[in-house]
Amino acid sequence: MSLKSPLGRVLGLGSAKEGAAHWWSTRLAAVALVPLLVWLVLALLMAPSLDYAGLHAFVRAPLNALGLVLLLPVAAYHSLLGVREVVEDYVHAKGTKVLVLVLLDFAHVGAAVAGLYAVLRVSFGGSP
Amino acid sequence: MVALTLPENSRYKDMPGRVHKAPAGARRVKTFRIYRFDPSSGERPRLDTFEIDLDACGPMVLDALLKIKNEVDSTLTFRRSCREGICGSCAMNIDGKNGLACTTAIGDCKGDVGIFPLPHMPVIKDLIPDLTNFYAQYASVKPWLQTRTPAPPDRERLQSKEDQEKIDGPSACILCACCSTSCPSYWWNSDRYLGPAALLASYRWIVDSRDEATGERLDMLEDPFRLYRCHTIMNCTEACPKDLNPARAIADIKRLMVERRH
Repeated sequence: MSLKSPLGRVLGLGSAKEGAAHWWSTRLAAVALVPLLVWLVLALLMAPSLDYAGLHAFVRAPLNALGLVLLLPVAAYHSLLGVREVVEDYVHAKGTKVLVLVLLDFAHVGAAVAGLYAVLRVSFGGSP
Repeated sequence: MVALTLPENSRYKDMPGRVHKAPAGARRVKTFRIYRFDPSSGERPRLDTFEIDLDACGPMVLDALLKIKNEVDSTLTFRRSCREGICGSCAMNIDGKNGLACTTAIGDCKGDVGIFPLPHMPVIKDLIPDLTNFYAQYASVKPWLQTRTPAPPDRERLQSKEDQEKIDGPSACILCACCSTSCPSYWWNSDRYLGPAALLASYRWIVDSRDEATGERLDMLEDPFRLYRCHTIMNCTEACPKDLNPARAIADIKRLMVERRH
């Protein structure tokens, strides 16, 4: 129990002086994802085959590789911003919250880097 | 985690409520199911049923509540004052929607009328929520004119007609708390998220052409929780009994936040 005044509680630790950049980045990433995802779906629909060899050839094509290299970090970034928001909404226990946020950061960077590495490896790596 | 369900001692579902039948001979009977909680009884909350003869009752939900208090059960506790939608006292959850009991017509409620206190607030008694935090949030946005230029000695601070129109809407807010307490984001984070009512109040001064603290006001709001817990759910605008648009005001504040960076 605390005898702090209601206003004192509301003012709390003050404004974090951030949020606008996050808000803008989320929207920017969303806008960037529209053409990238439309391209990905269309390109995959037009790909001659979607078995291992077919996809391997798809990723090897320079323009496709470029598209994927653009798409992966943007998608991971957008997802990270969104999922962090959900955690901040619902997870209130201080320690758990920070731990989950850090794990999410790691998971997203890990997934993005693994994806990029895979695309580059196939793209530069010769035949399967 | 946030509390997604009510604590055990706040649940009313399996508590038997009292039933007050309509008088014999009543022809137009409407049933009201009203949330009751008395902290001094030590009992859990319950839903009481009141059958009201609409032929002997005024047209608004507040009329029914007053009739119940006057004629059926004088312990029923609720706030009310102006009975014309300007004081904001009788805000409650009626028929599943936040609104003012005095401006909600009984006829607009389909079936039985459920009446609860404003959602997700601590309950003081029956339909009376504890709005201490809500009022502190309002105070935190400094809802008054802040200037450095001294007022002209011979007249008031002037404002153009167009500038006045910008604040006509937001300054009509009656602080009834219908919007904030309808907002899921406010339910989960009302300790840090200011909520639509306080943000609308802040906006009212941000767009006031006479105010000279716009930057400080934006600084105070630029926070992942204070402002950016708004996820444009827009329950606030849906709930407002004065037909104001807090969601739009919050979107405008977010726009100004970006505008001053570019």
